[in-house]
Amino acid sequence: MNQTTSQRYRVKPIRERRREWPFPLNLYQTAVGRKWVMAATGIGLLGFALIHMIGNLHVYEGPAKMHEYAEALRNLGSGILPRSLVLWLLRLGLMVMFALHLHSAITLKEMSRKSSQNASFTGGEKKYEGGREYIAASYASRTMRWTGPIIALFLFYHLADLTWGWWLGDNFVPGDPYHNLYSSLSRVPVAIFYVVANMALAWHIFHGAWSMFQSLGINNPKYNHLRKGFAASFAGLILLGNLSFPIMTQANLIDEDERLCQVSMGDTDEILACLTEQLEDH
Amino acid sequence: MSEIITVNLKIWRQEGPEKSGYFENYTQKITTEASFLEMIDLLNEDLNNQGLEPISIESDCREGICGTCGVMINGQAHGPRKATTTCQLHMREFSDGDEIVIEPFRAISFPVIRDLVVDRSPFDQIIESGGYISVNTGAASDANLIPVPKEAADQAFDAAACIGCGACVAACPNSAAQLFTSAKLAHMASLPQGQPERWKRTEMMVGTMEEFFGSCTNHGECHEACPKEINLDFIAFMNRDYMKAKVKNRALSGQR
Repeated sequence: MNQTTSQRYRVKPIRERRREWPFPLNLYQTAVGRKWVMAATGIGLLGFALIHMIGNLHVYEGPAKMHEYAEALRNLGSGILPRSLVLWLLRLGLMVMFALHLHSAITLKEMSRKSSQNASFTGGEKKYEGGREYIAASYASRTMRWTGPIIALFLFYHLADLTWGWWLGDNFVPGDPYHNLYSSLSRVPVAIFYVVANMALAWHIFHGAWSMFQSLGINNPKYNHLRKGFAASFAGLILLGNLSFPIMTQANLIDEDERLCQVSMGDTDEILACLTEQLEDH
Repeated sequence: MSEIITVNLKIWRQEGPEKSGYFENYTQKITTEASFLEMIDLLNEDLNNQGLEPISIESDCREGICGTCGVMINGQAHGPRKATTTCQLHMREFSDGDEIVIEPFRAISFPVIRDLVVDRSPFDQIIESGGYISVNTGAASDANLIPVPKEAADQAFDAAACIGCGACVAACPNSAAQLFTSAKLAHMASLPQGQPERWKRTEMMVGTMEEFFGSCTNHGECHEACPKEINLDFIAFMNRDYMKAKVKNRALSGQR
């Protein structure tokens, strides 16, 4: 009897169940929990994308306001905490969220690949030899694994370009975002790259901002019909704001206008005074 | 109006789990009033008469409630008609000269037994790990002794419509079994009778599911493929309940 019971099933599990880690780390061991982490970090990253876009709109107010905004970010929590500490904590949080988002995405994809027939390493989707027809899966949802890496690569380029100044050379002035943004985006190939990358970002958000509700179990027939609209408008908003920067630079709406003040880190008041003066002249 | 059509079939043949499979072409004349499985039956009769090996295909009730039949027809689980199992699909959905590609449901945990027949016993293992409620045996209690809100009863019934055919896993690009598992969980968690084991059940069934299947990416293909139109909302319900199951102090679950 015992023998027949143990021999009844022929299908063996693909994954062995591991020993459970202590709470709350055990949540990350399961796919549902990992999906939850992906959605939660997704919300954080969405918040960053929105605030980053809105903050950068200061560029349209001219160099002085942009500089003021950059200084305000560094001075977050000033008077209580050391300068730049809050900013660095926020950056640390972003890095952790980004790493978790990436790690959960890669490992979950690998899990799905191992469960699926003929799923290639790059494609990741299950293949039917006779082909198959998608009915519900949108182009955005099926290209998450492509838009994701594009965004990651763009992010690296973006940081190296405007934060570390790898490619701007002598044109790069630390602490002068307006000047750096102008010098970088006035190059046509860079502007095109920014446009493409931000489209990928919007595409990614279009599926992600809806999908996160499902992953977190935020579901109620009362407001379910609003979720896809929310995702679409959020993606549209981010796309509109972010695309305006390369396009406006190319259209010469963001330019240096015979700017005289040379900005360097440190003597903040002096620069601000100079920039403000110039703004009034302009 | 019935008419006789000729369809070109491209059917997956595979002698056993370890053998490699291939597509075989057949031509079949059939009336549009015949069901899809009747068409296969006639084809098998012809193959038998010719002394060839008939095509293995699973079916049982042929009225769309047992979940035994199920194949990929032209790249769609259970064929082109929405909310219809393979057995309830009729040849009037096809026209003269159509090519019909028939392939078994695919997933690593659904190994092909023969031709179009796959082993779906991982579903049984998911159910076994927690898909039950506890009731006292003995004299039957009076009917309707436990009040159930109408909405909750409706939701439980919607979830219970799942016949466990495996179309969700077959249609999912990730081979995830979220729709099946969540339907079974929601079926029991919506009702008072399912409450005592609710959190344990959620944890166990999701755990077993993850041993066999992939991870959900919210494509929504499963809902489209489902012959019983099980809603994606149940997946969100399961995700929420699973989190609660992990966090909850179950010693207090008798109090709320």
